[in-house]
Amino acid sequence: MILKAMLMLGATAVGALSFAGGAQAADSKEVQMLHWWTSGGEAAALNVVKQALAKQGYGWKDVPVAGGGGGAAMTTLKAMVAAGNPPTASQILGYYALDYADAGKLADITPLAKKSDWAKVIPTALQKFTTVDGKWGAVPINIHSVNWIWINKAVMEKIGGTEPKNFAEFVALLDKAKKAGVVPLALGGQPWQEATMFDSIVASTGGVDFYKKAFIDLDESALKSDTMKKSFDNLAKVRDYVDPNYTGRDWNLATAMVIKGDALVQVMGDWAKGEFAAAHKEAGKDFLCYRFPGTDGSVLYNTDMFAFFQVSGDRQAAQTALAETTMSPEVQIGFNIIKGSAPARMDISDASFDTCGKKAIADIKAANAKGTFLGSLAQNYAQPPAVATAYYDVVTKFVHGQIKSSDEAVTQLVAAINSAK
Amino acid sequence: MATAIDPIVTYAVQSPRRDMKDRLRDWIPRLVLAPSFALILVFVYGFNLWTLLISFTNSKAFTNFSFIGWANYARLWTWTFQTDPPSNWYTALVNMVLFGGLYVIFCLVLGLALAILLDQKIRGEGILRPLYLYPLALSFIVTGTAWKLFLDPGIGLERAVHDLGWTSFHFDWVVNPRMMIYCVAIAGIWQTSGFVMAMFLAALRGIDSEILKAAQIDGASAYATYRRIIIPIMRPVFMSALIILTHMAIKSYDLVLSVTGKNPGGAAELPSTFMYSYTFTRNQMGVGSASAVVMLMTIAAIMIPYLYSELREKP
Amino acid sequence: MTVAADALMAAPARKPTRHSMTTRVVIYGLLIVFAIVYLMPLVVMVMTSLKPLQEITGGNMFYLPHDLSFEPWKKAWGTACVGLTCAGIKGYVWNSVRMVVPAVLISSLLGALNGYVLTKWRFPGHKLVFGMMLFACFIPFQSVLIPMATILGKLGGIGQTLIDATGYSFGFGDPTVNLVLVHVVYGLGFTTLFFRNYYETFPTELVKAAQIDGASFFQIFRRILLPNSAPIFIVTVIYQFTNIWNDFLFGSTFAAGDSSPMTVALYNIVNTSTGVIEYNVNMAAAIIAAAPTLVVYILAGRYFVRGLMAGAVKG
Repeated sequence: MILKAMLMLGATAVGALSFAGGAQAADSKEVQMLHWWTSGGEAAALNVVKQALAKQGYGWKDVPVAGGGGGAAMTTLKAMVAAGNPPTASQILGYYALDYADAGKLADITPLAKKSDWAKVIPTALQKFTTVDGKWGAVPINIHSVNWIWINKAVMEKIGGTEPKNFAEFVALLDKAKKAGVVPLALGGQPWQEATMFDSIVASTGGVDFYKKAFIDLDESALKSDTMKKSFDNLAKVRDYVDPNYTGRDWNLATAMVIKGDALVQVMGDWAKGEFAAAHKEAGKDFLCYRFPGTDGSVLYNTDMFAFFQVSGDRQAAQTALAETTMSPEVQIGFNIIKGSAPARMDISDASFDTCGKKAIADIKAANAKGTFLGSLAQNYAQPPAVATAYYDVVTKFVHGQIKSSDEAVTQLVAAINSAK
Repeated sequence: MATAIDPIVTYAVQSPRRDMKDRLRDWIPRLVLAPSFALILVFVYGFNLWTLLISFTNSKAFTNFSFIGWANYARLWTWTFQTDPPSNWYTALVNMVLFGGLYVIFCLVLGLALAILLDQKIRGEGILRPLYLYPLALSFIVTGTAWKLFLDPGIGLERAVHDLGWTSFHFDWVVNPRMMIYCVAIAGIWQTSGFVMAMFLAALRGIDSEILKAAQIDGASAYATYRRIIIPIMRPVFMSALIILTHMAIKSYDLVLSVTGKNPGGAAELPSTFMYSYTFTRNQMGVGSASAVVMLMTIAAIMIPYLYSELREKP
Repeated sequence: MTVAADALMAAPARKPTRHSMTTRVVIYGLLIVFAIVYLMPLVVMVMTSLKPLQEITGGNMFYLPHDLSFEPWKKAWGTACVGLTCAGIKGYVWNSVRMVVPAVLISSLLGALNGYVLTKWRFPGHKLVFGMMLFACFIPFQSVLIPMATILGKLGGIGQTLIDATGYSFGFGDPTVNLVLVHVVYGLGFTTLFFRNYYETFPTELVKAAQIDGASFFQIFRRILLPNSAPIFIVTVIYQFTNIWNDFLFGSTFAAGDSSPMTVALYNIVNTSTGVIEYNVNMAAAIIAAAPTLVVYILAGRYFVRGLMAGAVKG
């Protein structure tokens, strides 16, 4: 009867399983890569790396774990490392790489770095995450920045707006849009989006030096200052210009509002370009990209890095190949044109990038020279995750009304950061 | 009416010669049970002890064994009383009660009601039963996303009702931080009440019809039959359902994040999201483990007395 | 089965069903209202899966598709990108099946045996053992990830040694086997609960009679209990199948990559951090992912029959 049949099926399955393939260790001519680039556009970008490696005779074992800006992938990585079975390399964000470096789990690719002199072509601030105690353990593939605004050109012309150069002009522009009946600011009310926008607001309100003091140095007097209070006031001000349904909205639904012309502007990192591209919109023709008003000349960055783990000798050749391929100009250009970010190497020609891309590349070089190339706190490049998430907590509670005044917000921010340190 | 059922006592039949075969027979049941029990000891209780251990350390991204005593618990304690603005932990506790309570109670009530209704010799039961049950087949993430879109005022229910003409209809709970958790509860109840119904239905169908026939003969009304005979007989199923619902309420992590859109304002925090976020996202494993221990203790405080009272009554 | 049972099966007694017309209208009415509420999200999901993307982000959830298209379905099955491989979720469905079938069968069988031991072969302390196994249902899964990973890593090491020695790994270290182990362990509490409660009300006279006739432990199980366990077996299978099939946490943490179960692949298609979210493909993929579970529900429904043992035991 059915029960018997099921039992037999189960027994066979168990039997078959026990002779299945062995432990999932990677081959020596194979790169096993953990990442969370699972959408069409992002995966296409990563494919450039895969093809480049294939030309050198290396296979690719994909280990994709989507979601949460890498949250689930990081959990998987922790489990793999705990099980003693790390991947060849993993996509990783700043401070998480430092954690593994401090725990001694990263491989040492310093010889490669010295050979090709990466230290010269990668922005100095970025090297804090790739190098620990002089030892290289990771390489960056791109540089995104968060202090951008994206504007629908047709709507802009309709309301007669011009590029806002500072925060006051930004508010005036939003006002114009409101009077014209469009949604001024398309915002997705999720903690990370709100915090990303707040990064730019702080840099605009207090200037990039203030941003550095408060968020990079965690100087308490800066965090407690009136400038910080004013930043929260400004955040409240822009919140007046969002539509009532913004809570919980995904970031790309907000971009869609701008693409369609229902909204004028979105404050978002330059991965938003991918949405415009997918909708066949052209930079300069259909949409405009400007630095967040008041932050021109500085770059609040986040970058995707590949971290390399300590693996057995026969897998190290694959690691070397991956590291060198990632830093090669062809891959840097090919990957970033598709992804919408800027190359991590500063010595690359910008000829094949669109107007926004060209501006990004130029800004990075300039900012690196001036010292205004700073990590975005919201994107985990200014402080360890504990502090960054404490920051999220306060910003999102302020935006959604659980924290009622800017004074309270400042107090909470200081308390949260202190308790997370 | 009900015949007393004596449990078997394996020692009752004492044959003059207790040979190897009999001894073996005594031990076989225990040997059969032993592997399961051993697995649970190691993988549940063992791991719980490990979590307890870690909660006393200063573990951040990885486990480290620098002990800091009760510091993590002290933090949780302070956070429990931070209500304005509410700390994440406080919100998690409040939401656990609200969400957990609503979820369990409504699933039980709805499940029982649907089971009783379906048991009334209904035509089309074959269609209705999988209809109530199918939501459980969907993964939490999908359920959450579907309900998030469904309840979205701009493109979901409210907009549809407006388009139909009733323009003063308001249902913006899903974008209101205070009401968000109720939307999570609605999605959760929708998903699981069908399974509770299935459990109760199986139990209703398993009731000895002799008893029911006797009651019919005695002239008991439908209502009295249900109240006096059927519902009391279903107590073990009730216990199973309660355990499962509690387990699912504790587990709900994906559902919360997908219904609310990544928990804006921290308003939909639950102990499970708190625990995961502190252990894995914020790299504060010590605090995360402490919160897991507190969660476990709270469940124990409720469940152990309940289980004790349920289990001791049987002979 | 005894002749008496056969006779009773032919004319099952029912609960009091002399309902008036109004009662029947009320009953049907309620059932239909609930059916609509339960069905609504699925209807929305199906409609969304048949619309092109612009219609979804542009319009309202409840509009019928303007440009009906099966592209999302084709894409979800065969060409959607899971990371760099763009072959849809069809390969991963097999991974899930390979994992779920053994896990469900093993945990159900063990649960049945455990329930049998705990009710018909009682030993001193059986209630405590049962209580401890029950409490295992409440462990928050997030807290076991790291210790479990460590243990699975050690098992993988054993597998490597076995490969070096004999050429076969006997399953050690294989991610699918690891998942089966994890799911069996954490399902034991529930399956034991279900079967134990069911066997509790199972007439012990039959077991006693068989014992006197000289039947062994396993013979009684195979010949008397198992054949009459269909309803509870179905409930257990439904529960375990659903939970294990829809699990994401263990699947993503212990089996990422080629051996990923379908939920991880689905999540990879549905979730993307900074890429374009294709709601229509997501919904199509979600429905495909839920299909096997739905089939299980529909097939299992046929076994929700009235208690088969009714009448075989006369007082």
